[in-house]
Amino acid sequence: MKHTISVLVENKPGVLARISGLFSGRGYNIDSLSVGETQDPSVSRMTIVSRGDDAILEQITKQLNKLIDVVKVQDFGDKEFVDRELMLIKVNFNAQNRPEIMQIVDIFRAKIIDVSHTNLTIEMTGADKKVSAFLDLMKPFGIKEVARTGKVAMARG
Amino acid sequence: MLGAELVVDCLLKEKVEVVFGYPGGTVLDLFDAIYKSPLRFILTRHEQGAAHMADGYARATGNVGVCLATSGPGATNLVTGIATAYMDSIPMVAITGQVPTAMIGNDAFQEADITGITRPITKHNYLVKNIDELPRIIREAFQIASTGKPGPVLIDIPKDIQRGHTDVKWQKEIEIRGYKPTYEGHFKQIERAVKAIHEAKKPVIYAGAGIVASEAAKELKEFAEKTGIFVTTTLLGLGGFPETNPLSLKMLGMHGTKYANYAVMEADLIIAIGARFDDRVTGKISEFAPHAKIIHIDIDPTAIGKSVRVDIPVVGDAKMVLTQLNKMVKKGDIDEWVNKIEDWKKKHPLTYKNDGELKPQYVIEMINEVTKGKAVITTEVGQNQMWAAQFFNYTHPRTFISSGGLGTMGFGLPAAIGAKIGCPEKIVFDVAGDGSIQMNIQELATAVCNNIQVKIAILNNNYLGMVRQWQELFYGKRYSQTCLSRNSTCPKECNIPGGKCPQEIPDFVKLAEAYGAVGIRVEKKEDVIPALKKAIETPNTVVMDFRISKEENVFPMVPAGACLREMLDGLA
Repeated sequence: MKHTISVLVENKPGVLARISGLFSGRGYNIDSLSVGETQDPSVSRMTIVSRGDDAILEQITKQLNKLIDVVKVQDFGDKEFVDRELMLIKVNFNAQNRPEIMQIVDIFRAKIIDVSHTNLTIEMTGADKKVSAFLDLMKPFGIKEVARTGKVAMARG
Repeated sequence: MLGAELVVDCLLKEKVEVVFGYPGGTVLDLFDAIYKSPLRFILTRHEQGAAHMADGYARATGNVGVCLATSGPGATNLVTGIATAYMDSIPMVAITGQVPTAMIGNDAFQEADITGITRPITKHNYLVKNIDELPRIIREAFQIASTGKPGPVLIDIPKDIQRGHTDVKWQKEIEIRGYKPTYEGHFKQIERAVKAIHEAKKPVIYAGAGIVASEAAKELKEFAEKTGIFVTTTLLGLGGFPETNPLSLKMLGMHGTKYANYAVMEADLIIAIGARFDDRVTGKISEFAPHAKIIHIDIDPTAIGKSVRVDIPVVGDAKMVLTQLNKMVKKGDIDEWVNKIEDWKKKHPLTYKNDGELKPQYVIEMINEVTKGKAVITTEVGQNQMWAAQFFNYTHPRTFISSGGLGTMGFGLPAAIGAKIGCPEKIVFDVAGDGSIQMNIQELATAVCNNIQVKIAILNNNYLGMVRQWQELFYGKRYSQTCLSRNSTCPKECNIPGGKCPQEIPDFVKLAEAYGAVGIRVEKKEDVIPALKKAIETPNTVVMDFRISKEENVFPMVPAGACLREMLDGLA
């Protein structure tokens, strides 16, 4: 089962290596991982999406908590939370399909942020499913490049 | 103050009695500061020896062991010692030199990314980048190493930091935001545990190294005696409960006693205290203690539920939780169970074929007898370790010192030196094999030069005995690369020790003498006691070369992957 885990860590060199080393050393999966500073510059938030059964996820949470540089761990599990991901996607276009692409961009409330003679770069944000659905619709046009930030998340309320 | 002087000053403020280590280019400044300070320093002959000595010292005293090495190869030579301490949760601070800050990452001479290398084998580690942070980092390192579930912490100090100046001082009180171990057991969980203990008809206590680490031997004894429940210990739990106590089941697991394993397999309640259900203890995990409810008391939340399902988890310090329990527990209705265990103990004692040959088990029994069970025993790894665990009666914590988790050959001699420095009034024996002793034999020089009188009992069978035992039992007696007397004239396939074997190398008696120690060769059973007595009386390091029967095996034995009930027995 997929879990989204939010980890507050010391904003210090080597902390990312400690976290990723923990996952690789103990054979846990990382689907995505994103890091950024919080309102307190000495603390960063990592949002990790991982997979495993309940026992593994319990171990992941406990092992993360055991790291000295980890300040707080929150496994969202089935709790209420909001999550978003940002994606940049570069697709081919031509005169025929341009209107169709722009229509899809509109429907998904995405944005075209760069245009050349042969391709468009689109920025879009959303939850998992929306991002995947958008990617799916773009496939027929010929995707040249994709960059995804990985998920960031926060508890509701 | 100079950075290097500040390090030494902080070590003294941390009440460090002794540092084990080896000099080198990037620690010249530290060694210069040590030269001018009252700090006791033991120069080893290899950095690995320094790490194991710090470890042995920590295990024997409960204090933080400190080792020091230079950058690059000095630091990487500490790695096995740090990993050993990490696996067994031993409080240790390892200090390494590093190339100057500006050169880090340039593949400079003797540069290694030691914080990167030791990240998975330390409780925490630091690369000091700002001299003003040095005192706080050292304080944190000692705090982290010695509290909660103890473990090794490494501090990597670049040369320019050692040579820099700062006015920042060591401060006792610090706050580490992400580090708050739980010591007291949750009241609700304690209540549930007490209820389960009172309801159990067939309870067993399974005690581990946590008893030793938290100094809970007294509380464990009170708990066992109040409830009348038998106690089995892990390898590293030896000494945590007196084996002379009628409630002792001695060690359980792969080479544990039959009665301990039978008891665990038939129990309806297992009270695990400061133990982690290691695979050498549980055997086949799916068949481990099939009828038992499990109470698991451990300071490390990750230990709980890692390998077995736990019914009543109690996160907390063994000593504190036992104190909480002792206020509430009484004896349950377990007389029938007690009788059954007594019966097993009578029927299946630890034993061996005590014929005319010189048997390793006999040597250990005699060490126990001659020292009246009061010695500190360190071990190497393999058969020597298991015989030392089985045939000596441990009665006090911190008297059995062994690499349990990592199983590090070459641990015993340096650990014995560290233990002897920590407990100079005690007799310290290193029970060794002829294989493992050679992995850190150079530390004989450290022992002799510093007049640290350790007694080394080599159980010499000319084999890497434990691996040979597995080859005999599970690999069709194909002794692949386990014969230590083998040389280039031997036939490729040989599994018969005998008269035509080449001269063994080295001659341990001559080797001892070369190092300025005393060597004694013992070939006959009747010479064991006189040799041991002579070794103890000799005011020097003594190497005893016991020429034991070559193909002696460690029994009982639960084959790897089998359930605890399936014990092999050499006597059948």
